[in-house]
Amino acid sequence: MKSLKEAEDAIVDEFSMFDEWLDKYELLISLGKNLKPYPEGKRTDENLIKGCQSRVWLDCELKDGCIYMVADSDAIITRGIISLLVDLYSGRTPQEILASDFSVVDRIGLRENLSPTRANGLVSMIDRIREVAAAASVR
Amino acid sequence: MTIDEIRKEFPALSTKVYGKDLVYFDNAATSQRPRSVLEKWNEVSVQSNANIHRAVHYLASQATQAYEQARDCVRDFINASSREEIVFTSGATASVNLVAYSFGEAFISPSDEIIVAQDGHHSNIVPWQLMCLRKGAVLRVIPVDDNGNLELDELAKMLNVRTKLVAVSHVSNVLGIVHPVRKIVDLCHSKGVPVLVDGAQGIVHCKVDVKDLGCDFYVFSGHKMYAAPGTGVLYGKRKWLELLPPFMSGGEMVGTVSFSGTTFAPVPLKFEAGTQNFAGAATFVPAIETVLSFRDGECREREDAIKAYLYDKLLSNNRIHLFGNPRSLEDKIPLFSFVVEGAHHEDLALILDKMGIAVRSGQMCAEPLMERFGVTGMLRVSLAPYNTMEEVEYFVESFERAVRMVI
Repeated sequence: MKSLKEAEDAIVDEFSMFDEWLDKYELLISLGKNLKPYPEGKRTDENLIKGCQSRVWLDCELKDGCIYMVADSDAIITRGIISLLVDLYSGRTPQEILASDFSVVDRIGLRENLSPTRANGLVSMIDRIREVAAAASVR
Repeated sequence: MTIDEIRKEFPALSTKVYGKDLVYFDNAATSQRPRSVLEKWNEVSVQSNANIHRAVHYLASQATQAYEQARDCVRDFINASSREEIVFTSGATASVNLVAYSFGEAFISPSDEIIVAQDGHHSNIVPWQLMCLRKGAVLRVIPVDDNGNLELDELAKMLNVRTKLVAVSHVSNVLGIVHPVRKIVDLCHSKGVPVLVDGAQGIVHCKVDVKDLGCDFYVFSGHKMYAAPGTGVLYGKRKWLELLPPFMSGGEMVGTVSFSGTTFAPVPLKFEAGTQNFAGAATFVPAIETVLSFRDGECREREDAIKAYLYDKLLSNNRIHLFGNPRSLEDKIPLFSFVVEGAHHEDLALILDKMGIAVRSGQMCAEPLMERFGVTGMLRVSLAPYNTMEEVEYFVESFERAVRMVI
């Protein structure tokens, strides 16, 4: 497994190949379409992160010292972003996650190029991942 | 006026977004502003910036004049009986809050009833909910039918001796349907119940004559009708405004102040506490001129043709479910909300944005209505008279491309 830093850099490289935002969206959409199916049993209110627009479900599990995530959204671009986050952070230790500044989101331009309400949803998703990591690290 | 002449007057329309020409189809949220409004706003700010109504000096009298002229202009625009019936506020939301608070204080007792509508904007629901909580009153809701029309038979059944006020919109901000306000007012008045009308959308697209409508209160914002943001109007029949206690208090709204008791200024100043947004309010004059100029035959015909074209395009697309289908297109403003089978409204709005097209997606401040139609949100296209047929054609083409991308 690549280090988190290496994995983040790889994603930034991949996105930097596209100048046009529509092409970046194409990539996010294809990532979203290929996201691993979300277990229906985990589609609970507790796992729902409410945004103004799309709905996001995130389930985190601590196993052998690492945090494993599955996530889903009803919107496809959000699913693409989720897919990026899950790829990056699932299977990492709480310490690795807490050490990350999540600047990858800024470096691929997602935060400023999504509407503020959307960015808020993204921020909530990242906050949730951090919370889970923080809770797991004190256990 | 030709469309080019109109567009030249609105500098924001020549904005480039992501290197593309802006296509602004979110007019129901806020409209762009013409030069005449921007100039008036600037002129009052630069040449007559002084606090209104108080000082005796030249600038103050200029500022006061600009502000009070706007009041006369608004009175004339909606055909109110007197200038005292026009209260300036910061917007339609503030106007509803004012009435919900003051009316509640004066007239509402436990178990009284307030009636709102299922298609109401949150601004015409939540202030009444809070008033009901404060006063122990009950909120009741007029349902909308599958086409988006208010079910007036239900309203008729709901009205009773405990009903104290009915608050409906003139035009739904989601469905674009023009409600039969006069009929609603007649029905309510036959039971002695006053009516507040949220005219945030109606004032832009319909000729509003408050005497003809007969409503007791009519509220609207400036920013949706080309005026400055942070401006709004509460029209209230004088008898009501006289009876309502103040909402906000402070400077300007008083008669005499002493620690043994304070008296209040006569209407409308009783409701205009503190320094008002006088530079903004002054822009109602050029904004109203703009609205009226858009009502000439040529503009109307062009707008109707564009509306009919887009309506047909949307209806003929099998993937699209359009909400708000009145009996006649005349009863709908150029505003279309819909969902697309297999495509999330947010994805479409994000992609359209990158194509230069600004549309609205989500719940549009009408969660109860989203629940009524069983959707989590919709995509909304709302047009203004400065939008062109070419823009609509570009939208249709771009929209189809966006749908292909996400499906």
